[in-house]
Amino acid sequence: MAVIEVTKENFEAEVLRSEIPVLADFNADWCGPCRTMRPMLDELAEEQSAYKIVSINIDDEDELAEEYDVSSIPCLVVFRGGEEADRSVGLISKDSIAALMEE
Amino acid sequence: MFDIIVIGGGPAGMTAAIYARRAAKTVLVLEAVACGGQIINTPDIENYPVEAHISGFDFASRVQEQAKGLGAEFVFEKAVEIREENGIKTVVTARNAYSAKAVILATGSENRKLGLEDEDRLTGRGISYCATCDGNFYRGKTVAVVGGGNTALEDALYLADIAAKVYLIHRRDSFRGEEASAARLKQRENVEIIYNANVTKLISEKRLKAIEVTDKLDGSVRTIELNGLFIAVGRVPENRNFASLVELDEAGYVIAGEDCRTSAEGIFVAGDNRTKALRQLVTATADGAMAATEAVRYVNGG
Repeated sequence: MAVIEVTKENFEAEVLRSEIPVLADFNADWCGPCRTMRPMLDELAEEQSAYKIVSINIDDEDELAEEYDVSSIPCLVVFRGGEEADRSVGLISKDSIAALMEE
Repeated sequence: MFDIIVIGGGPAGMTAAIYARRAAKTVLVLEAVACGGQIINTPDIENYPVEAHISGFDFASRVQEQAKGLGAEFVFEKAVEIREENGIKTVVTARNAYSAKAVILATGSENRKLGLEDEDRLTGRGISYCATCDGNFYRGKTVAVVGGGNTALEDALYLADIAAKVYLIHRRDSFRGEEASAARLKQRENVEIIYNANVTKLISEKRLKAIEVTDKLDGSVRTIELNGLFIAVGRVPENRNFASLVELDEAGYVIAGEDCRTSAEGIFVAGDNRTKALRQLVTATADGAMAATEAVRYVNGG
């Protein structure tokens, strides 16, 4: 499964009503650490099916960024059952991202 | 066994890998997080020869491609220790151990923290170490910058164009940073410079709400309500894991001259974690070339 691009139109369906946990990557095109982290997220999305990974561009989706109080990117927010369960700010390793999704 | 292990995949480490591969040595680059190092935070590099403008991300990606194309191997694990036996160095990570004849330390540096309670929890919730990354979140808001070097001055200038009000808090009565930047700051109407002061407390609920600033001269305490605090109080080298092997200076930098040779035989240093006068992209890559050349000479028995 590839990383899914999410906007405020499909946020509820893809994230809040997801059957499986969701890792939401709040990012921007101009953010170097976000671009550095993206290939790791692409790999993780392909390598497993226990959770899905979505990408939210904060410039296009400023309402979502504000609603979830994102003020530093990259920002990874873990959603379980539609609720925020965890979050991590800044560039982290692929192993650390995977660890974030372990219960 | 590899000929050379490079610890750290920033510009210095990846350049070392390029030079070592060009000398036909086997090379492993061990990187803890992701290749690129701190340069990926720079949106626009304007002082590296050849390209008038290139983003740090693009720069790092292209150097990595170049090193991979020449046959350097990359593994993403954090080196926690180096052991030495009969001249063979073994670099230990959480999961594995890798051996080589020579090691190049290119671990760079990380942001220095203020060391205040809740600083980690509030990072990303009002506290930032990168004005160019996070400044846009504070459009029309009140922010403060802590520090007195070039980064602090440039951050304050950058934020003055975005935020409604910028406080610059500096522990001395004059700036170490470039005079031109300091002069430009003083002309900005929405910038207030607070000299001889330290941030002594972070006041928060879910997010940072205010800071306490203590005047160093008279001890008076002032509370400043704000939305964001940008910390620019320098960087610290990441040499702790190797302190038992190579000599460090007081600030924690690996002591080495331009030849990048450390106090330990067969261990070299390249980039921002070395003692040097100028820490720039171009001096990091220069170190990479030098350290690799010396490491190759060592591996060849010279």
